[in-house]
Amino acid sequence: MSRTFLGMPATPPRAPYGEGNLRGDAAFPRAAEGELRNEQLRRNLGRATHTIRAKRLAVTGELPDWEQLRDAGSALKTDTMNRLPELLEELERKVTERGGTVHWARDGVEANAIVARLIEATGSDEVIKVKSMATQEIGLNEHLESRGITPYETDLAELIVQLAHDKPSHILVPAIHRNRDEIRQIFLKEIPGVDPSLDAVPAHLAAAARAYLREKFMTTKVAVSGANFGVAETGTLSVVESEGNGRMCLTLPETLITVMGIEKVIPRYQDLEVFLQLLPRSSTGERMNPYTSMWTGVTPGDGPQEFHLVLLDNGRTAALADKVGRAALHCIRCSACLNVCPVYERAGGHAYGSTYPGPIGAVLTPQLAGMHAAKDDPNSSLPYASSLCGACFDACPVKIDIPSLLVELRHQKTEQSGTTPEKLAMKAAAGVMKRPKLYTAAQKAAGLGRVLGGRDGTISHLPPPFSGWSDSRDTPAPPRQSFRAWLASDEGAATLQGAADEGARQRAAAHDDPEEQR
Amino acid sequence: MRIGLFATCLGDTLFPDAVKATAVLLARLGHEVVFPPEQTCCGQMHVNTGYQREPVPLVRGFAEQFGDAAIDAVVMPSGSCAGSVRHQHEIIAERYGDRALRAAVTTVKAKTYELSEFLVDVLGVTDVGAHFPHRVTYHPTCHSLRMLRVGDKPLRLLRAVDGIDLVELPEADSCCGFGGTFAVKNAATSSAMLHDKVGHITGTGADICTAGDSSCLMHIGGGLTRIKAGTRTLHLAQILAATRTAPYAPTEAVR
Repeated sequence: MSRTFLGMPATPPRAPYGEGNLRGDAAFPRAAEGELRNEQLRRNLGRATHTIRAKRLAVTGELPDWEQLRDAGSALKTDTMNRLPELLEELERKVTERGGTVHWARDGVEANAIVARLIEATGSDEVIKVKSMATQEIGLNEHLESRGITPYETDLAELIVQLAHDKPSHILVPAIHRNRDEIRQIFLKEIPGVDPSLDAVPAHLAAAARAYLREKFMTTKVAVSGANFGVAETGTLSVVESEGNGRMCLTLPETLITVMGIEKVIPRYQDLEVFLQLLPRSSTGERMNPYTSMWTGVTPGDGPQEFHLVLLDNGRTAALADKVGRAALHCIRCSACLNVCPVYERAGGHAYGSTYPGPIGAVLTPQLAGMHAAKDDPNSSLPYASSLCGACFDACPVKIDIPSLLVELRHQKTEQSGTTPEKLAMKAAAGVMKRPKLYTAAQKAAGLGRVLGGRDGTISHLPPPFSGWSDSRDTPAPPRQSFRAWLASDEGAATLQGAADEGARQRAAAHDDPEEQR
Repeated sequence: MRIGLFATCLGDTLFPDAVKATAVLLARLGHEVVFPPEQTCCGQMHVNTGYQREPVPLVRGFAEQFGDAAIDAVVMPSGSCAGSVRHQHEIIAERYGDRALRAAVTTVKAKTYELSEFLVDVLGVTDVGAHFPHRVTYHPTCHSLRMLRVGDKPLRLLRAVDGIDLVELPEADSCCGFGGTFAVKNAATSSAMLHDKVGHITGTGADICTAGDSSCLMHIGGGLTRIKAGTRTLHLAQILAATRTAPYAPTEAVR
């Protein structure tokens, strides 16, 4: 090995604190408590997640090579992350060759500034938008409004959320926390010139939104989109969607600005074969999404004549530097993990405080934005917002081992938290458990805890931090005797001998009478 | 077979009847059960809460206690503890252990089993000669289902029990909300999950809800007694250990 000290590269930056939508106001447990009381949300979430689960299982189960597709998706993502720099440069080269312009944004602040400058250069003070996680993540709409530019969300659910001055609560179904009466009220209040007799029939609500949006599509000269995939080999960008609003945004305006997280690059055009099967089946439970748009640079006389691609880092390189955590960058934003997550199903998306909720959000958000940026950073509670049940890992189309990532991030949290009461308790517990004699003595002491039990042998009230537990659960008082004490007793020895003898008798009887064989 | 029984700290201290039943069952099946006396805890709670340095001595202790080549298999009545030994001990040894620990962990991991997979995969039995004339529903715990992939092995064992009335649990594979310290740190969300699980269990009309993990059963049982439900919890091993001559008799407090 070389003796020359080559130096270590500086730690890549996280998404800047206080910018964008990657950090909530409160830690998860407290944020969730408010949401848990929202009966409407609980009902909607329960219904929606169960419906999507069933659809997803049907369309993934019907493919004989589903597991191989997942393996392929996982391998492609691993390969991509291993050579991300060269693939991004290849993408830049190809997009430029085909008449597009590529911009590199270190973080959300830079990306917002670039997009605003590009819009201002067109002379327009409004833009139409197709649903995009990346622009939600960086708070682009808020930034554009501060610069006097009006963004119009064109995805129906995103439009509802925007008109309500609200935040999305689900990656795929952003307005899942609203019912149709609420939506009617929002439309009546916020859509200019809407028919005042509008009722809450879903088709009528959709028609009101359509009439409003059609006019925007026909008159707005600039569009902003995200990207599901960016193909390095050809410079092709792709957006998949269900409503056709994306197709309108991507084809009608004169200028198209696409903001893409750098992890969305894929090596080859052929790789779309894998992802375009994995994504819709995992996401909406459809065999194919209704609209798949692909474009490569600028095509003279057809579609936007100016195309800009903004490549966004915003903490992704920092995540890539973590050899365990980087797997979170494999995510293709299908939301399957949200829909199977028992915690997400109860707490809802807002409790996570981030554009990215659910299991993937709990591992992605702390890596993009950090979880030690301030004292009691709400993001440090996210890796704990899981019972580690593993349903997310099973559902993930690119096999991200989310439970292992959660455990890893929990470790990073405790490593950086200094001395806490919890750490002292954990050290004390390990200190007892690594000394068998002390452990046995502690078991005997625990047996004394029987006095805490009521007549039925259960404990119904515990002090903090266990009071949340005892609010809805009884705890059994410790038994009279530990297992090891029983085993060492005459009773224990006699019982095991008796069991061995009974087994021997059973086997002998079975040997004598094959009819009785068990 | 010479079987090293790992009682688990929770089983040894709070739920000894499940461990007794495991020992009785294995002895009845004709095997020698040994209990390495200095065993304590697998360290799962530490790792799952984010502490990986503290459990190093626990990982080392487990490997030392059960590494003995005279022990053919290590068996425990817990899917999550078996999951910890099989999936987490390597991570700890890799990061904070030495070469000797890494080797020891690999050796002991290869012969570690949760009870139901040991019975079905290693011993090749599903009918263990049990008799249990009660209505039972089975909750597959998350770590046995999705970490160890025990699949329907516990159900195959239960179906072979004489006299049992086994009823299906709706949404069986959804988490009960325990998750170790999750139930303390996120008590409200955990309670909401428990509420739904308890509702499904009582809806079956079963006398007994069984599972392969005392920890999840402690959680579910705590919810059932709180609402004074007619269903109580019992470890899978206790059902499999019960026979006509030595029937199940509740000795622990109803929970």
